[in-house]
Amino acid sequence: MELILFDVLNGLLLGVFYALMALGLSLILGLNRVINFAHGGFLALAGYLAYSLLPYLGFAGVLIVAPLLAALLGVLVERVLIRPLYGRDPLFSLLLTFGLVLVMQDLIRTIWGAQGLPLQTPAFLQSALSQTYFFITGYRVLILVIAVAFALGLLAFLRYTRVGLRILAGASDLDTVSALGVSIYQLRALSFAAGIFLAGVAGVLAAGWQGLSPQMGDSLIMPSFVAIIVGGVGSLLGSLLGGLLIGVASGITSAFYPQASELVIYVIMAVVLAIRPRGLLGKESIFG
Amino acid sequence: MSATQSVNRATNPGNAGGESAANRRLAVPAIIWVALLTVPVWFPWLGGYNLLATRALTLGLAAMGLNLLLGTSGALSFGQAAFFGLGGYAAGETLMHLAPSTPLAILMGIVVGGLAAGLLGPIAVRLRGIYFSMITIAFGQAFYFIVVNWNGFTGGEDGLLGFNRQPIDLGNFALKLDSVQYYYLVLLCFAVVAGLIALLLRSPLGHAFIAVRENERRLNFLGVGARNLLWIAFTLSGMIGGLAGALYALLNNFISPAALHWTLSGDFVMMCVLGGMRSFWGPLLGAIVYVLAENFLSSYTDNWMTALGIMFILIVLFFPKGLLGMLRTQVKS
Repeated sequence: MELILFDVLNGLLLGVFYALMALGLSLILGLNRVINFAHGGFLALAGYLAYSLLPYLGFAGVLIVAPLLAALLGVLVERVLIRPLYGRDPLFSLLLTFGLVLVMQDLIRTIWGAQGLPLQTPAFLQSALSQTYFFITGYRVLILVIAVAFALGLLAFLRYTRVGLRILAGASDLDTVSALGVSIYQLRALSFAAGIFLAGVAGVLAAGWQGLSPQMGDSLIMPSFVAIIVGGVGSLLGSLLGGLLIGVASGITSAFYPQASELVIYVIMAVVLAIRPRGLLGKESIFG
Repeated sequence: MSATQSVNRATNPGNAGGESAANRRLAVPAIIWVALLTVPVWFPWLGGYNLLATRALTLGLAAMGLNLLLGTSGALSFGQAAFFGLGGYAAGETLMHLAPSTPLAILMGIVVGGLAAGLLGPIAVRLRGIYFSMITIAFGQAFYFIVVNWNGFTGGEDGLLGFNRQPIDLGNFALKLDSVQYYYLVLLCFAVVAGLIALLLRSPLGHAFIAVRENERRLNFLGVGARNLLWIAFTLSGMIGGLAGALYALLNNFISPAALHWTLSGDFVMMCVLGGMRSFWGPLLGAIVYVLAENFLSSYTDNWMTALGIMFILIVLFFPKGLLGMLRTQVKS
């Protein structure tokens, strides 16, 4: 029983990372119409920035600053590379970010080296909270709390602020929003930055959990795509839900049949698509 | 290419318009086929080796199959490596467990690749644009994890070892399939597929594929279901992918899960875009450039992926029609 509880919790943790990634990807997909293949690269970059800044800022500091720096770089990339592609077939931006992944991974390898690195988390978070029921460190609880806080924060920002509402409106009808006098260029930069920021948060948290490697984003990007498909393309809440769902499913599966813990994600996707082609919370005609 | 065309122009001075264009239309493929047929002669002389040429041709075949979807119908499939890898495993398993026959292994590659694409097609073709890409990626990954985790049958992470391409028995004598002979076998397969694709593109079905790309709404209005067309294109490209994968497995006498990974799907897409996805020969050119660049750069620098990535980004930004599109505009101007 304890073991299953442990696996569920681990799955939940995994799901939190899928969800944070998927939420950011989904945001960028909605307004910018870009499948950001480089999302995992930005995630890794934030983790490495956190590693380098940790001695100066402390863990709480890097948790904010590293994602912000990654987001800043994200805006730069959006301005210089992705902006010329707006209005063209979305496959071009997909291809461009695919090329960007190759460059970013190499860059990280060149600066920080190819070998794995640990990210020191505060000592008081590393001891187990309880040894009687199941082994869980404070850091894992912190991951859950912080990730949920950031995810809910983003959703609240989108729902309740003027800018956020504009982003949401732009995702469903960019032409009208533009006609109403809103600068869609700023809006797109902002949504790109917000998406990368979330990836950055996930990167710092993941680095403290499983350490750093140049490819650390790779194993997260595919499940995040699946999370978006399962949750329903176009629904941010769906991405969040999809991420948590496949994470937990993967965690439970690893308790009973570890070989299938990665495959189960795709099985869930196939089942959901067979029953509900638009995903759990997807809108009716998103696929046109 | 550009050399061909400038020669062509030089031999027809002052001959503007129709005739020189028609000549070019014949001359270019002729030059390409002559070049492909004589690879074992001139490629080693330039410092290459047959294995590299065969590799480029195999990957070019896979890219051409992908382009049937990407370039012709405008659907960006990011799961082509799944059919490629499945074809490779099918060929390997056939040699190990079914019969020591190279033609049968190749045939099984085509069948398995086509079957997988044919079965997944109906779900994938419901989606368009980037969503189609996402679902094809996800399907590809599903196969990847099946192969990685099915240790007993596939060898898991280590890949499938222990099969060798067998001599082809032609009645009186056996074709040994050493490196040069194998190149020609791959070239034969490539020629058949290229010929079939060329015929297809001239047929009503091929025109309908293009119509999916150009104006799907009008196509549906005419009563032609775009989904069915995409499904046919998807299955055909899966068959070609399976064939290419089988040839690839036989080339190395080895196949590993890397042949199914989504990064390889991305590489196939890169090849199409590098060479020019709206042109017939673009994917082959892209594959050749890709394989040569990989081979050349990786011997000079550990950061060859950066060079390749930057090259790719520049192509996407500035030359969306690829290298061939670039050459063509230069010839015209």
